[in-house]
Amino acid sequence: MNSKPKQNLVIIGNGMVGHHFVAEWQKQACAQDWQLHIIGEEPVSAYDRVHLSEYFQGKGHSDLAYCQESDYLSLGIKTYLGVKASGINKADKTVDLDNGETITYDKLVLATGSYPFVPPIPGYQNPRSFVYRTLDDLDAIKAAAQGRTTGVVIGGGLLGLEAANALKSLGLKTHVIEFAPRLMPVQLDDGAGQVLKEKIEALDVTVHTQTGTQSIEHTAEDRLKLHFADADPLETDVLVFSAGIRPQDALGKIADIDVGERGGIVINDLCQTSDADIYAIGEVALWQNRIYGLVAPGYRMAETAVASIAGSEHIVPFQGADMSTKLKLLGVDVGSIGDAHAQTSGALSFRYHNESKGVYKKIVTTADGKRLLGAILVGDNSAYDTLLQYHLNDIELPAEPDSLILPNLGSNAAPALGVDALPDSATICSCLNVSKGDIISAIDAGCCSVGDVKSSTQASTGCGGCTAMLKDVVDATLEARGVTIDKSLCEHFEHTRQELFHLIQVNEIKTFDALIEKHGRGLGCDICKPTVSSILASIWNEPVLNQPHVKLQDTNDTFLANMQKNGTFSVVPRIAGGEITPDGLIFIGEVAKKYNLYTKITGGQRIDMFGAQLHELPLIWQELVDAGFETGQAYGKSVRTVKSCVGSTWCRYGQQDSVSMAILIENRYKGLRAPHKLKFAVSGCTRECAEAQSKDIGVIATENGWNLYTCGNGGMKPRHADLFATDLNDVELIRTIDRLLMFYIRTADRLQRTARWMDNLEGGLDYLKDVILNDSLGLGEQLEAQMNRIVETFECEWKSTLQDPEKMKRFRTFVNTDASDSNVVFVAERDQIRPATTDEKANLIATA
Amino acid sequence: MTVQVTKQWQKVCTKKDLVAHSGVAALVDGKQVALFYLPENDAIYAIQNYCPFSDANVIARGIIGDLKGKLVVASPIYKQHFCLTTGECLEDNTVKLGVFDTKIEDDHIHIAL
Ligand code: SRM
Ligand SMILES: Cc1cc2nc3c(=O)[nH]c(=O)nc-3n(C[C@H](O)[C@H](O)[C@H](O)COP(=O)(O)OP(=O)(O)OC[C@H]3O[C@@H](n4cnc5c(N)ncnc54)[C@H](O)[C@@H]3O)c2cc1C
Ligand code: SF4
Ligand code: FES
Repeated sequence: MNSKPKQNLVIIGNGMVGHHFVAEWQKQACAQDWQLHIIGEEPVSAYDRVHLSEYFQGKGHSDLAYCQESDYLSLGIKTYLGVKASGINKADKTVDLDNGETITYDKLVLATGSYPFVPPIPGYQNPRSFVYRTLDDLDAIKAAAQGRTTGVVIGGGLLGLEAANALKSLGLKTHVIEFAPRLMPVQLDDGAGQVLKEKIEALDVTVHTQTGTQSIEHTAEDRLKLHFADADPLETDVLVFSAGIRPQDALGKIADIDVGERGGIVINDLCQTSDADIYAIGEVALWQNRIYGLVAPGYRMAETAVASIAGSEHIVPFQGADMSTKLKLLGVDVGSIGDAHAQTSGALSFRYHNESKGVYKKIVTTADGKRLLGAILVGDNSAYDTLLQYHLNDIELPAEPDSLILPNLGSNAAPALGVDALPDSATICSCLNVSKGDIISAIDAGCCSVGDVKSSTQASTGCGGCTAMLKDVVDATLEARGVTIDKSLCEHFEHTRQELFHLIQVNEIKTFDALIEKHGRGLGCDICKPTVSSILASIWNEPVLNQPHVKLQDTNDTFLANMQKNGTFSVVPRIAGGEITPDGLIFIGEVAKKYNLYTKITGGQRIDMFGAQLHELPLIWQELVDAGFETGQAYGKSVRTVKSCVGSTWCRYGQQDSVSMAILIENRYKGLRAPHKLKFAVSGCTRECAEAQSKDIGVIATENGWNLYTCGNGGMKPRHADLFATDLNDVELIRTIDRLLMFYIRTADRLQRTARWMDNLEGGLDYLKDVILNDSLGLGEQLEAQMNRIVETFECEWKSTLQDPEKMKRFRTFVNTDASDSNVVFVAERDQIRPATTDEKANLIATA
Repeated sequence: MTVQVTKQWQKVCTKKDLVAHSGVAALVDGKQVALFYLPENDAIYAIQNYCPFSDANVIARGIIGDLKGKLVVASPIYKQHFCLTTGECLEDNTVKLGVFDTKIEDDHIHIAL
């Protein structure tokens, strides 16, 4: 049987919108009748350009990418990445590639985006000038900034300020040069621009407005000297142009399809160009004489084009898009909605300006004051979501519209627009075009948490700006249905871990029995007992094997050792920072030999000895403790290891003594119990040999001190740590870690490592920085005092246990005989023991 | 006809060997038994120490508690729960551990296999 030959659908451009097109296309029933071809000039598959700047915070292509090239291939899509389309022949319906190939199409989609405009200032072509658009651009900027001091951005718009932030994060003294009289001239008015400028200058970025660059000189020292009309010249090492974008429409001209006078490929409401078989979507497309420089409108175009090509019955024509934006630029809130400049005739403006706090808010209403036409916010975006909904849904404003932007001074609180007031058609997530109604339908279909709704509707998976709103809608909808969200720890406690932590701390509860009597019911179980035990240990730091706590412990804590699959235990002495003397090594070797234990170097830079029976643990540990070793707490939800690299003592690149710092940190926090285990690492320079960015707490030496990273994770769901603070001295570093760890211990859920804690923390990294670095909750001293108490009361659990005959009585394989467990059988492999497999065991026991 | 079975009580250890609200293991006639002690009602529960899910003798090291009104121990390796009085597994009703009678006489623990 001959199946129908497939039609060819060719997509030029694998950026954000090109990728969205492919993802939407794959959902179509007819997808299998078509052969897809993706041509992308960038060497890597599509990535999240909106979050490009995070590349400088340690994210790589894989973090930002929507998928890998292999994912396209496994869907049967042909890819040409790192290849540019150089021509289109609309008569033959072919596309020429710069690698010499020619592809035939039935339908063609142009998603070539835009390119940064570089004003032809004399001298603009030089090796120290860059643009800010692709990962390659960022790599080039990073390389050029290496060992240099100064950076300049030409252009004070939205992207220019993003670029300024990036230069700053590379350690450069940064300047922004703007031709207009204010920053972000398109979105802001003079008042707002001034507030933004002051805020940004407070961050040590110098802003030069109303400044035109006349020429650029490449000096003999390989720097650039910028000459201005009425200001002194400025020298810089790196120059980034961010003077606007232009549609990448060269192919349109080659193909001889309609191109706008000022650029952009002309499309109709179905996103078709003047040739009906060629579509254009995203930033390259010109709809009703407008280019949309945001990603959400591009996504809408992609969806329309997909439906049109697939011949769907439900085509939603492209009808323009809202250009409102909410951003954090260099940490400063900026929002702009609709007709921000009050250009509608008869429009009324209301302004609020607080110079001491650096807050500017303005709303623009219709002449009758009933509808919101636009708004501007700087320094405080809290009203953004509400204002946007008034604007988009044409909701009637309260009688005194200015109450929406006035500060909440007690009784005359601003009337917040509850989500109940929104119509079902209200867009909640504009990136993914999810309405309130879509969210309600998802809940009708069985979703019962924000997470469920997110995966079912994709809401909040774009820029993330709608997260708070989404949560409000989900909570309100669930609540309206009488669903109470059950946060109980288990059947014995109707509290979360965080609530229990508070109860224990505030009421000074010291035992599980006292807690369950007052706040729980029953006897407890293997969920609540270890959880409470961990909280008690975090707050009061009593030895976990003291009488009232014994019954609460997981086996590994009970026996201060990890149980292995055959019921034997492992022995892991602490080797702080991974540093060990030859004598220490020899000693461990001798103990292992004496008790016939399997030895292995662990992934945590220390030595694990396996195969000890319960009654052998005290004998082995007595020898280790006598020789000066301490418990490594490889068991328990507690501090594990601090990995180190060799650092400045030996390494030619080392900036600081990473080994000493690792040992200091390990000795400070050893014994600390937490909601989950904690891992640290300290690297001596950015080469990062200790892999600190995969740890809960990562420290990397700089020329001036230490950079602190947090909430990294290896394990099942790896997460890159976030850069938390830079250039700390030793004292600042320890203080910050003290606070961070204690705040985590107080607020995390049970068995939630720092990475998931951060993922779930409302307000995320910014909030955490506020609490820890700016002490916004006023908790700093308390957290430090609590940590000091734990550090001061540290004792080696093995040492104290060995001294207590009552505790020792548990370390017997049997209470009534000295016999060993006959079910524990070892065989030899590579000159060491290992547990016998079931078959091996059966044979060995039978022949014994 | 009825067969009269008399229980064979064996002295295993003293109360001092036990750990309140927790378990220890004993070897009785070559059989491993886990002994749990609840001081409130002076009760001792004896249950087989061998965990069939992990093929290891570890039940005595589990945490005890109550679930849905049943007194249980959680196996420390893969965390299945077993009822201390009947031996049944809450997660898999095809599995049941052996349970044994106990009594306390003059602070000595006796067990009948
Ligand atoms: C021994 C060791 C493997 C080795 O031979 O190298 C090991 C062994 C175990 N790991 Fe691990 N992990 C070991 C390094 C790691 C590392 C590497 C590291 O620390 O740099 C990781 C990834 C890094 C990370 O945690 O972010 C790692 C990620 C895990 C995870 C997944 C954690 C996660 O967040 O996804 C588990 C499971 C868990 O904790 O729930 C785990 C759990 C375990 C347990 C406790 C599993 C268990 O319950 O029996 C293993 C018992 C160890 C024992 O008996 O001593 N182990 N484990 C390593 C001990 C390091 C040490 O000196 O203490
Ligand atoms: C730093 C930065 C921050 C931003 N922040 C925001 C934000 O907060 N919110 C927002 O909505 N938008 C933001 N944007 C804009 C957003 O990234 C764009 O709107 C979006 O990427 C447009 O998607 P696109 O697919 O049309 O173009 P692009 O993502 O630019 O993709 C076009 C692709 O086509 C390729 N291409 C071009 N010509 C050819 C050819 N001839 N052959 C083969 N391939 C070709 C290009 O190499 C490119 O990979 C930001 C942009 C930047 C740079
Ligand atoms: S991280 Fe830097 S200092 Fe440490 S070993 Fe590697 S290269 Fe050397
Ligand atoms: S609005 Fe951007 S993710 Fe929802």
